[in-house]
Amino acid sequence: MNSARVKEFYYLMKLGREFELRAKEEYMKGNIAGFLHLDIGQEAVSVGSMKAFMKGDVFTHYREHVLAIARGMDPKAVMAELFGKREGVSKGKGGSMHLFEPKLGFYGGDAIVGGHLPIAVGCAYARKMEGENAGVFAIFGDGASNSGAFFESINIASAWKLPIIFFLENNYYAIGTHISWVSPFTELYNKVKNYMPAVRINGMDVCEVYEEVMRAKNYIENGLGPYFIEAECYRYEGHSMSDSGKYRSQEEIEIFKSKDPIENLKKRALSENLVEKSFFEETDRKVQNEIEEAVSFAQNAGEPEISELYEDLFCKECSNVVS
Amino acid sequence: MLYREALNRAIDEAMRDDKSVVILGEDVGRYGGSYRVSEGLFAKYGAKRVIDTPIAELSIVGNAIGMAIGGLRPIAEIMTVNFSLLALDQIINHAAKFRYMSGGKLAIPLTVRMPGGVSKQLAAQHSESYETIYASIPGLIVFAASNPNYAYHALKKAIFLNDPVIFLEHELLYNQEGEVDFKAQIDPFKASIVKEGKDITIISYLKMVKDCKEAIEKIEKDLNIECELIDLNSLRPLDMETITKSVKKTKRAVIVEEDHKTGGFGAEVSARISEELFYDLDAPVLRIAGEDVPIPYNRKLELASIPTPDKIASKIALWAKENGL
Repeated sequence: MNSARVKEFYYLMKLGREFELRAKEEYMKGNIAGFLHLDIGQEAVSVGSMKAFMKGDVFTHYREHVLAIARGMDPKAVMAELFGKREGVSKGKGGSMHLFEPKLGFYGGDAIVGGHLPIAVGCAYARKMEGENAGVFAIFGDGASNSGAFFESINIASAWKLPIIFFLENNYYAIGTHISWVSPFTELYNKVKNYMPAVRINGMDVCEVYEEVMRAKNYIENGLGPYFIEAECYRYEGHSMSDSGKYRSQEEIEIFKSKDPIENLKKRALSENLVEKSFFEETDRKVQNEIEEAVSFAQNAGEPEISELYEDLFCKECSNVVS
Repeated sequence: MLYREALNRAIDEAMRDDKSVVILGEDVGRYGGSYRVSEGLFAKYGAKRVIDTPIAELSIVGNAIGMAIGGLRPIAEIMTVNFSLLALDQIINHAAKFRYMSGGKLAIPLTVRMPGGVSKQLAAQHSESYETIYASIPGLIVFAASNPNYAYHALKKAIFLNDPVIFLEHELLYNQEGEVDFKAQIDPFKASIVKEGKDITIISYLKMVKDCKEAIEKIEKDLNIECELIDLNSLRPLDMETITKSVKKTKRAVIVEEDHKTGGFGAEVSARISEELFYDLDAPVLRIAGEDVPIPYNRKLELASIPTPDKIASKIALWAKENGL
């Protein structure tokens, strides 16, 4: 890892962490409503994968704020969407779980567990047909890996040798259900070994995530078919803001906190003399400013008008007929 | 031209004119389509554009949505409406909502074709008509083709619309003969007046249009009345303008559908007429619909479970008499 790369990882992970902490605060204040799924603890996965997979199309689940920001979405527009404002990325109609930006090839925020996987597979089909080799990156959790949509997608992507990376964030819990209660094994890459290359990595290490996604990207770009990565990771917060957390112990949380992706990257960078100490202080300040800006932008942004209720439902031609 | 040939022609022309049009589904390629709608397309356009899928409806529609996002214009064929229930999540939670929940950033140019209805003793899991589900979903367009001419024009239109269209066909119509005017300008969103009349408006769609025609022939002379028959063509959006104009003229409305009566699409049409045209009516709205049972296998029971030309005729005759016609 070179110094520039480490700096970028640190900046984006810190930005993601602080964004989420502030979103939590704003939720408590009542500025954000609905379901809010925080990525705190899993930043290495979001940042490492997005920095490796720069082109192509990304299909995500609903824990996607940090993925969106790492992909290049403006934190101001993301925060405004969480606030339900018209200047939000989805005009306040999507909210936390639905952040879309086709210009960035980001089809984020599908809130039906596993539901985006067949869609990602279809997009990979289209890309392959068009002769594009950049392919598709589909990220999902351990919960989704038990769904029918998952198994159908693995089968089809493999049968048709589609350029798609399946990235499984195994944080062990589907809301409050531990993976060992509902799956015959907890190392989930075993589910797909007969279909495609499948590996298990440490998802708390941003460099490892980055390197493995780079390997996967090269594999799919060479037309070899799909590739599967399972990253072991952990969310420090509940599934969403309404999670009681009764299903896991404080000890378990502390074990994973000791592997914190941001702190560990910093420690490593300092001990290997990759980055000077002042960089971290400057970056932390820069991040704080950006978060302040995002929140202030979201606060000052306008509410959608009631007249916009029926907008964005159909294309122009169909809209004319329907109204 | 047969109904299935008209559909085939629409797909063939769309694929010829636009390389981004693809068709996918169970047995659509090498086999030629369960109802031969995609016959010949595999040889013409190849395996990349005429895609044989596994028996996985959720993926057929889900993959098609992804193809649409990826720049293609997919036509997903579901073997029957009954199997489309396995794809409901993709149709309702994804295709119908993506444009809206992305604030208008995503377009899903997708056509999902599926035949439904009672055919010939296919029993409970192959005979349903679930159009009421699709017609109730914001974000979907629902076309219902009762004849080859509409089938050709509406399908071509559906393929090139930038929104998801549920395209309903009927299993007993595939081999129906009818003229197709290829040059006609057909607006697939508009209902059509199949036959004009001044005394009763009969509203129907899909195969029941044909049954209504037969029923009308049976009763008009005897009762000395004239029936106006409306083919809805588009269930969502619903062409209330045509319905209103007709009902204001005849002051009587009958709705005929093959689906179960409870919660069937006819209930929506009836409610709209009652809400909007109550003071124009000279008689309560009559709904003629399928019975509230799964479709049975036995032919006698099967026919007892749905409207037939004879039943439509006798029910309308009785209702007309009771209401002073």
